[in-house]
Amino acid sequence: MNLTLKIWRQKDSNTKGQMVDYKVNDISEHMSFLEMMDVLNEQLVNSGEEPVAFDHDCREGICGMCSLYINGEAHGPDRGVTTCQLHMRMFNDGDTITIEPWRATAFPVIKDLVVDRTAFERIQQAGGYISVNTSGNTQDANAIPISKEAADEAMDAATCIGCGACVASCKNSSAMLFVGAKVSQYALLPQGQVEATERVLNMVKQMDEEGFGNCTNTGACEVECPKGISLENIARMNREYLKASLKG
Amino acid sequence: MSGIFHSSIGRKFAMALSAFFLMIFLLLHFSVNLVSVFSEDAFNQASHFMGTNPLVQFLMQPILILGVIFHFVMGFVLELRNKNARSISYAKNNGGANSTWMSRNMIYSGLAILAFLVLHFIDFWLPEINTKFIQGDISGLNIDGNFRYYEELVHKFENPLRVGAYVIAFVFLCLHLLHGFMSAFQSVGANNKYTKALQGFGKAYAIILPVGFIFIALFHHFSH
Repeated sequence: MNLTLKIWRQKDSNTKGQMVDYKVNDISEHMSFLEMMDVLNEQLVNSGEEPVAFDHDCREGICGMCSLYINGEAHGPDRGVTTCQLHMRMFNDGDTITIEPWRATAFPVIKDLVVDRTAFERIQQAGGYISVNTSGNTQDANAIPISKEAADEAMDAATCIGCGACVASCKNSSAMLFVGAKVSQYALLPQGQVEATERVLNMVKQMDEEGFGNCTNTGACEVECPKGISLENIARMNREYLKASLKG
Repeated sequence: MSGIFHSSIGRKFAMALSAFFLMIFLLLHFSVNLVSVFSEDAFNQASHFMGTNPLVQFLMQPILILGVIFHFVMGFVLELRNKNARSISYAKNNGGANSTWMSRNMIYSGLAILAFLVLHFIDFWLPEINTKFIQGDISGLNIDGNFRYYEELVHKFENPLRVGAYVIAFVFLCLHLLHGFMSAFQSVGANNKYTKALQGFGKAYAIILPVGFIFIALFHHFSH
């Protein structure tokens, strides 16, 4: 298929960017979206132009590295997939595809389609962990009884790959689905209880300091999340936060 | 506890609490209005009670006004903060693919309701305050010695322009509630096995109340 691509080009974080049009021909419908981008970059390199910078790593939908706002949706029009797992069969011959970086003040553009997502890492560092003594006498996690329901819900929350699609899709650039998932995966398990109060208070504080917006419960994040993280996690985080505020 | 209302979650929690309060008030207001359809006398009695009871006038009314102001001011604060969270907009954004129009446009439906409230205050609240507290007439009676509330209501709904404005405002109220009802529950952390049932109740509330208000306005416009 032959396509017209409208891509955000930006030299670096200090330079103003703009949308630039490109044509790519003979794209196979079996290609992934990133392979199509590879074809474009090969074309650009061969013609002596700067290739388009975009994030990618595993290309198996599990690392959370790829991003891209494609035709007005995070990770494109397909559901439950990251951009690397989005296939060109989702598009038609002759289509014009708009490709932009995640847009959020807390995710500044580094170059072209690459944004700085270290705000997520700072939120994680503020409390997204449990402190375990690894001196050699660590208790086997399997020795702690956990209900199947809690284990499943914690696992569902833990499938968040931190790609930032929730922030990109949210009209308020809110990071609450990400933080909700990270709070929930510990809040549901006994190992997470010891640091529960500080965890949620510190993570929410860091989230606010990073400049993410307030959740207005549109549900866009849940729909666009490649891992299907549920809004229930935001509600749980809200409960945890209110509980922690009363205690702290 | 300190700092909770300076946090994003705290602000949403406060917004939800004011929303619950306003939704309860709306139900009460609707119930009194509905009485006017069935009985002129009962409506006059209810209006006189609400208009002269010290608890309603000097405790509930100020709380209500503060609640309304808080809900609007907080709505604007949240909207401005959220706008700042995305300094560059998308060239192409397909919001309809993942969320409802109502959820994305609460500020606009809210602004329409605010405009309506200004009209509503000028129509009903200010004349009441003038009669009762400036002219000092708390009798609730007209020159003929009858209760004035019902005839004032009927008189207000004679003007088709006013009725039209009210109908449009209630459509916006419906759109606001269609998202706002469940959103308030989500903000206070209530998302559980009862959510589905609550969604149904919320939809019914969001549709029945505004449609009921529209019915009452049209009823008085056409039946007198």
